[in-house]
Amino acid sequence: MSFEYPENLKYMDSHEYVRLEGEVATVGISAFAIDQLGDIVFIELPEVGDELSQGDVMGNIESVKAVEDIYAPINGTVLECNTAIADAPEQLADDPYTNGWLLKIKVSEAAALDKAMTASEYQAKVEG
Amino acid sequence: MADSLKPTPLLEQHQQLNARMMGFGGWNMPVQYEGITVEHQNVRQKVGMFDISHMGKFLLQGDNLRQKLQPLVPSDLSQLEPGQAKYSVFLNEQAGIIDDLIFYFEGFTESGAETGKLIVNASTTAKDKAWLLEHVSAEAIGFEDVSDSLVLIAVQGPDAIATLQRFTPTDLTAIRNYRHQSGTILEQPAWFARTGYTGEDGFEVMVDPETGKKLWQTLLDAGVSPCGLGARDTLRLEAAMALYGQDINDTTTPYEAGLGWLVNVDQGEFIGQDILQKQKADGPPRKLVALEMQGRHIARHDYPVLVNDQEVGIVTSGSFSPTLGKAIALAYVPTAYAKSGTEVSVLIRKKSQQATVVKKPFYRRPKA
Repeated sequence: MSFEYPENLKYMDSHEYVRLEGEVATVGISAFAIDQLGDIVFIELPEVGDELSQGDVMGNIESVKAVEDIYAPINGTVLECNTAIADAPEQLADDPYTNGWLLKIKVSEAAALDKAMTASEYQAKVEG
Repeated sequence: MADSLKPTPLLEQHQQLNARMMGFGGWNMPVQYEGITVEHQNVRQKVGMFDISHMGKFLLQGDNLRQKLQPLVPSDLSQLEPGQAKYSVFLNEQAGIIDDLIFYFEGFTESGAETGKLIVNASTTAKDKAWLLEHVSAEAIGFEDVSDSLVLIAVQGPDAIATLQRFTPTDLTAIRNYRHQSGTILEQPAWFARTGYTGEDGFEVMVDPETGKKLWQTLLDAGVSPCGLGARDTLRLEAAMALYGQDINDTTTPYEAGLGWLVNVDQGEFIGQDILQKQKADGPPRKLVALEMQGRHIARHDYPVLVNDQEVGIVTSGSFSPTLGKAIALAYVPTAYAKSGTEVSVLIRKKSQQATVVKKPFYRRPKA
């Protein structure tokens, strides 16, 4: 099975994606990871105002099968959380890249994204 | 890793369905096909099937077979009628559970010997075999391990019997719950047991691998939903059925695990009897209880159970219940906290989450 990986996003080893627009990074989870998780029942996100460092565990996704950590892909401050998707996480699979974003971060250091993968690199990694 | 795992005879069938596979009890098994929740609902509302060929299957035959097995189980086997099945456990000297099992008593051969089958868990098959043969000789019970050579398919759900009936002349409705019978399916020899692990009505069907492949495809074409270990786990958890290695193990006794109903403590002699007699008189120190989480957090295996911020117990199984729409769990707690209605909490990622002890099972199928 093949999934969509928009070209304008950066992808992390731990399956988060980042859309960087000026100082604001929109973060979500790739379609591949959502499919792997299966039936998602619960998402735990950080609080608005939380300071994040790249690599920190900033939240969790519970599926029927397992719980997985969500890692901060970048240094910054949480600007906004997508409460609509946190309340209805089962919809995440339908649209992970637009309505399915998880949080927006005010970025303090964008250079950290230099090592992140492009869409084609990420797709090659996860789908072989 | 996958290379060292045993394939079931239906591996190709699972691959054709794009099943997600994983190692389980030494076997390469399907976890899910379409998705755990969908498969779960199909079993609750219609009919689903599971490849359970990984389970340990022993054929037994010998003079006074039931009597020879009797010291190994706390249940009374002498009262079993031909065609009847009994859920029980092998116990160690401390009354800890070596494995849970079903003994299917078949009847008598022409020479008067008794025949039966034992079905045990996949991960414990070798351990059960060693334990059994340490206490009774292979010759005395005509022991034959057919674990790797036969297919077992569980067909479960409200439409299970009507669907399966289309492919067999054996009158399935005449086989009552916890009974079993040999017959034919797709014109090949088959064995039907009205047992299962989902809380639904249905049959477990044992056939040779070729017939198994045909039966799987036939049932698929008939609209039966293929279901993986993921749905098997959520279904059995809702039915509050213990999973070996998780809810019960060598250190848990039947009284602690809520399996006191299978113990007949005053029958002849059996291994673990003195401990069970004492626990029956004094009550077990801890009990396996059902927890309903108040929030959406899922309590999982090994999470601590707290009362007044003190760790008192441990979660053994937990998941989201598709039928209840809530997170549910099984956990050991001291008997003082085992009463339904008791408020406890579960430590989930360093935060304590409220839970309530509720009556088992979480789900009971509506009476037909």
